[in-house]
Amino acid sequence: MNEKHSEIQEAEILVIGGGAAGLSAAAEAASAGAGVLVLESDLHLGGQLVKQTHKFFGSKDEYAGTRGFLIAGKLLEELSAYPDKVKTMTNTAAMGYYKNDGVVTAMRGEEEYFKLKPKRIVMATGAQERLIAFPNNDLPGVYGAGAVQTLMNVYGVSPGDRVLMVGAGNIGLIVSYQLIQAGVSVVGILEAMPNIGGYWVHAAKIRRLGVPILLRHTIRAALGSETVQGALVESLATGERFQLDCDIICMAVGLTPTAEMLWQAGCAMKYIPELCGHVPVRNKRQRTTHEDFWIAGDAAGIEEASAAMIEGRVAGLDAAASLGYSVDENRFDVFAERLNSLRRGDTAAKIRSGLEKVVAA
Amino acid sequence: MGTVSVFVDKAFKSGVLNGEQPGAVLPPDKLWESKKNGLVIIECPQRIPCNPCNTSCPAGAVKPFEDINDLPSVDYAKCTGCALCVATCPGLACFVVDLSFSNERALIKLPYEMLPLPDPGDEVECLDRVGEAVGPGRVEAVLEPLKDSTKVLVVSVKKNLILDVRAVRAVN
Ligand SMILES: Cc1cc2nc3c(=O)[nH]c(=O)nc-3n(C[C@H](O)[C@H](O)[C@H](O)COP(=O)(O)OP(=O)(O)OC[C@H]3O[C@@H](n4cnc5c(N)ncnc54)[C@H](O)[C@@H]3O)c2cc1C
Repeated sequence: MNEKHSEIQEAEILVIGGGAAGLSAAAEAASAGAGVLVLESDLHLGGQLVKQTHKFFGSKDEYAGTRGFLIAGKLLEELSAYPDKVKTMTNTAAMGYYKNDGVVTAMRGEEEYFKLKPKRIVMATGAQERLIAFPNNDLPGVYGAGAVQTLMNVYGVSPGDRVLMVGAGNIGLIVSYQLIQAGVSVVGILEAMPNIGGYWVHAAKIRRLGVPILLRHTIRAALGSETVQGALVESLATGERFQLDCDIICMAVGLTPTAEMLWQAGCAMKYIPELCGHVPVRNKRQRTTHEDFWIAGDAAGIEEASAAMIEGRVAGLDAAASLGYSVDENRFDVFAERLNSLRRGDTAAKIRSGLEKVVAA
Repeated sequence: MGTVSVFVDKAFKSGVLNGEQPGAVLPPDKLWESKKNGLVIIECPQRIPCNPCNTSCPAGAVKPFEDINDLPSVDYAKCTGCALCVATCPGLACFVVDLSFSNERALIKLPYEMLPLPDPGDEVECLDRVGEAVGPGRVEAVLEPLKDSTKVLVVSVKKNLILDVRAVRAVN
């Protein structure tokens, strides 16, 4: 172990993950006066936001109508108002938590390890992409939608020429639109369900560019020997199978919350299908059953950046309050109402039912 | 190997509007015919938590939302056809149609975020809600109301196409 890091670093509030939720948590905690350290495993802060070139839906309070990567910029600007309170470390991943002494181990780059002893921890680690199993899904050319988006929007590299998208949720629909913007053709979108899962307007905007959406269809195999040359597709309604010509198969079949450290901490966890995986039991202020841990954003259940930012603010503020910083209690009510209004619609019925099972009164 | 054109699904549940419904209504005929600069058509028939059409409208024509999930509804007497909502809407679901342009042709103001960007005077291919070419259009102006990269193309088309054209493709 590197000598200069063998000392245990202290931190008042450790925020793990520098995406929409984590940056909001850090800003809110710092505004209450708490010292915050943000760890981000990626090379830059912003999480999913940095790849989002489209305008976000939502309300003005959560920057609706603004492109995702610009929202990340706004959050960073907000943080820059607290240079003495907020420290950020990129290329640094939190690796584990030791319950008996409350130590967090972290890795910077690939060989610098160190320990941290924070007083409070906000987990804002986001989500992982799901993949589905089919023959040849290890061929070059089979990607997760997140990887395609990173290649295209972060590194400016075109993934291929003809993409078959699997999944018509918001991610599949939006990444399809971004592919077309990048000059890549989208041969079609497969969706196993009888209706699109994403917002109707996001489907409409790619339908009018000529992209077909095949409801009740799924992929059965990737075709090709060295790289992807096509896909074998099956209609779930008729069982009929046919081949489609494509050189990229892009999977947008859902996300799963990532918060492994909470298991190590002994937090009560529940499998909640509506929130897309195992998530911690928590109270209305995002505090888990381990009193030093808060949860926010996609790690708390797959939702949206708008909700992730508010949850982050609630978690950051409550963590600061628990350390004795004086906070304006009214802010909790304001945030609660903003979350409620985002979750009131038909499309959020799933979220509401999931939260009912996991948020203690 | 095949392509999917033969399977084109026009179902509402796959993202294709088929007729007026709440959140996707046409302006009243009479006002529409005479209104210089046009009136907005919003095609947003699903309750989602989103309200920039309302918050961006300088004329107060997109009615206030009681709940952020409300469907948009328009007070057409107030709409000035300014197309700020066209540029703002994250769902690209707002269009302005100006029937006063000429006897035979109407103007459609639509959002455009693709390359290449056509120039005023260029001919473009007009696309319907499933991307089928329905006829030529002429770019009359290229605007960028919010200076945020989303362009608003002002395209003239034959009047019989106004209910179908919802996108354009640059040709050349
Ligand atoms: C294509 C697409 C389009 C979207 N469009 C919209 C939209 O229009 N409107 C909307 O509201 N939402 C949208 N979203 C959703 C939105 O991006 C996410 O809900 C939001 O980013 C979640 O924020 P988060 O902070 O919880 O997670 P993330 O943004 O995923 O951030 C988590 C961060 O934690 C880091 N991390 C993970 N583990 C560790 C660790 N052990 N140590 C250190 N760092 C770690 C990750 O590297 C990541 O940067 C979209 C998502 C996608 C993929």
